[in-house]
Amino acid sequence: MTTTDPYATTRDTTEGKVFTVTGQDWDSVVSGLGDEPEERIVVNMGPQHPSTHGVLRLILEIEGETVTEARCGIGYLHTGIEKNMEFRSWTQGVTFCTRMDYLSPFYNETAYCLAVERLLGIEDQIPEKANVMRVLLMELNRISSHLVCIATGGMEIGALTVMTIGFREREMTLDLFELITGLRMNHAFIRPGGVAQDLPPGALDKIRDYITWMNKHLPEYAELCNANPIFKHRLEKVGYLDLSGCMALGISGPPLRATGYGLDLRKTQPYCGYETYDFDVPTWDTADSYGRFRVRLQEMWESLKIVEQCADRLAKMEGEPVMVADKKIGWPSQLAVGNDGMGNSLDHIKHIMGESMEALIHHFKLVTEGFRVPAGQAYVAVESPRGELGCHLVSDGGTKPYRAHFRDPSFANLQAMPILCEGAQVADVIVAVASLDPVMGGVDR
Amino acid sequence: MSDTQPENLPATSAAGDAQTPGAEVVDQRQGMFGVRGTGDTSGFGGLRRQVALPGGTPKPYGGWFDGATERLEGLLGTDGDGAIEKVVVDRGELTLHIKREQLVEVAQHLRDDEALRFEFCSGVSGVHYPNETGRELHAVYHLLSITHNRRIRLEVSCPDADPHIPSVVSVYPANDWHERETWDFFGIIFDGHPALTRIQMPDDWPGHPQRKDYPLGGIDVEYKGAVIPPPDTRRSYN
Repeated sequence: MTTTDPYATTRDTTEGKVFTVTGQDWDSVVSGLGDEPEERIVVNMGPQHPSTHGVLRLILEIEGETVTEARCGIGYLHTGIEKNMEFRSWTQGVTFCTRMDYLSPFYNETAYCLAVERLLGIEDQIPEKANVMRVLLMELNRISSHLVCIATGGMEIGALTVMTIGFREREMTLDLFELITGLRMNHAFIRPGGVAQDLPPGALDKIRDYITWMNKHLPEYAELCNANPIFKHRLEKVGYLDLSGCMALGISGPPLRATGYGLDLRKTQPYCGYETYDFDVPTWDTADSYGRFRVRLQEMWESLKIVEQCADRLAKMEGEPVMVADKKIGWPSQLAVGNDGMGNSLDHIKHIMGESMEALIHHFKLVTEGFRVPAGQAYVAVESPRGELGCHLVSDGGTKPYRAHFRDPSFANLQAMPILCEGAQVADVIVAVASLDPVMGGVDR
Repeated sequence: MSDTQPENLPATSAAGDAQTPGAEVVDQRQGMFGVRGTGDTSGFGGLRRQVALPGGTPKPYGGWFDGATERLEGLLGTDGDGAIEKVVVDRGELTLHIKREQLVEVAQHLRDDEALRFEFCSGVSGVHYPNETGRELHAVYHLLSITHNRRIRLEVSCPDADPHIPSVVSVYPANDWHERETWDFFGIIFDGHPALTRIQMPDDWPGHPQRKDYPLGGIDVEYKGAVIPPPDTRRSYN
């Protein structure tokens, strides 16, 4: 133990003594407090702390081990995505919004594209295959997102095996994303009017392999956790928030469904054809962290059911269009996945460069200038893994969004952090925050 | 520039091309290609077009829109005359433009009345229309009725010179952070908010970044001798 650690200094401020604690240096804090230590200690947890899920800063006022007041400090990951989207074309907007909630990029893209399509008035013209592919990608994404939540949540309470197997299965999901979209994240694959390209050859076989693999390995989570006494001790009755609390604070997603109320936009306000799929909305009635874990676990099974139905439908849809027929909106080229990511289709380049001047002009105009969207506003919400993800778009009739705003469920749900944590132990704060599953990319945008 | 000299401007720019009666004109668009500052001699640079959002919709609105609006008007009573400035039905969505003084009352009725029951507020989104004089700043609320499975939009405006809108946190506590975000990004002061502080930007940040008069920022990118300007100064189309 060194007393001259440059990173763990002590200084006096008007509010009291401030210590920088980097771990294992509690002795210097205790000795620094003097003979009459203050009762009340304010602890800054984060923004750089592995168990705060990104750059979330928790400001905890503690007495002994008990948290008496808790507040969030956010904004450390604010990247101005909404502002940036106002300076790019409608299609380029997808590239920005996919980066918000980086664990569920397809939901960001879908919410945005559905809003653009409502503004364009082409909601009914989206090809069936594009809708099935959107649902497929979204449900795969729900699995990968819940896996990260369960894996990191497990790691934080010492369940390391849950973490290792969680990331193992997530990797399988990301491999599928890479095969279908060319990228593991930040896909920009779902576009206004449809999706960027058709399913590559062999993708359906890989999806079936994936379903087999998940059917074999998903039960492992239940076996490791569901009745594990340590796991249950850490999660049960921690982070309690009942239905009236959820309603008042605008909480949606698994925290709401863990109170026993099965609100799911896929059922109540279906989009992308969700009403034609057979799936259940899992609920739990304990309204605590354990309930949220069980809801997520069960939702992965339901998502797998939907993925299976999507695969069956896609098998019968070979060669069908994936982009709206309107040539003034649909992206002019079919892209191809090369060995270094997404690339242009050689057939398309041959066509525009060698065969048709009009096709070249059309391609150039649509890609550089984009399409115009009639003036007005739209709000579309989808059920993301974290709850209601809404997209409010305003168009002034130009080629760029006049205003894009996202109601991110992480942002809204994180407001419940104080009510979940106050009065509990410091160690429970970690569990309670993890049970909300906030993703700071979505919170700060 | 040739296209901005007075003799080249159209005779009347105000008269004329409003698309629909009652449409809300928020801006005027110049030129055809959205490019400014180039020596455009085509004559298209003199084009003036109005940017208009969908205007008020006459009754009947269709579906449940009529019943809900009438119910709300009834609840507001004679005191609430003019609380609903305008009703817009567009793309299957119902928008009520509410006078800012009556926003909290309207929200309270929308939440509590059993025929309306909009329990869930998805937050507030600011929109800045710098050329809509007297109504520059808009706050847009999206409400969801879980009971009746409906959505409604409330739109409230305030002038840039007096950017005050009452807070609805007393009705929808969920709007706490959303209103802080809108204050942070647009400078709308939500009166009655328990702690209206910045939330995304640092506490000492000057300005409100998502307003239209706040620049995007950015620097030139140079690659192999070619210089690409930042997106807000790049040639673009409107």
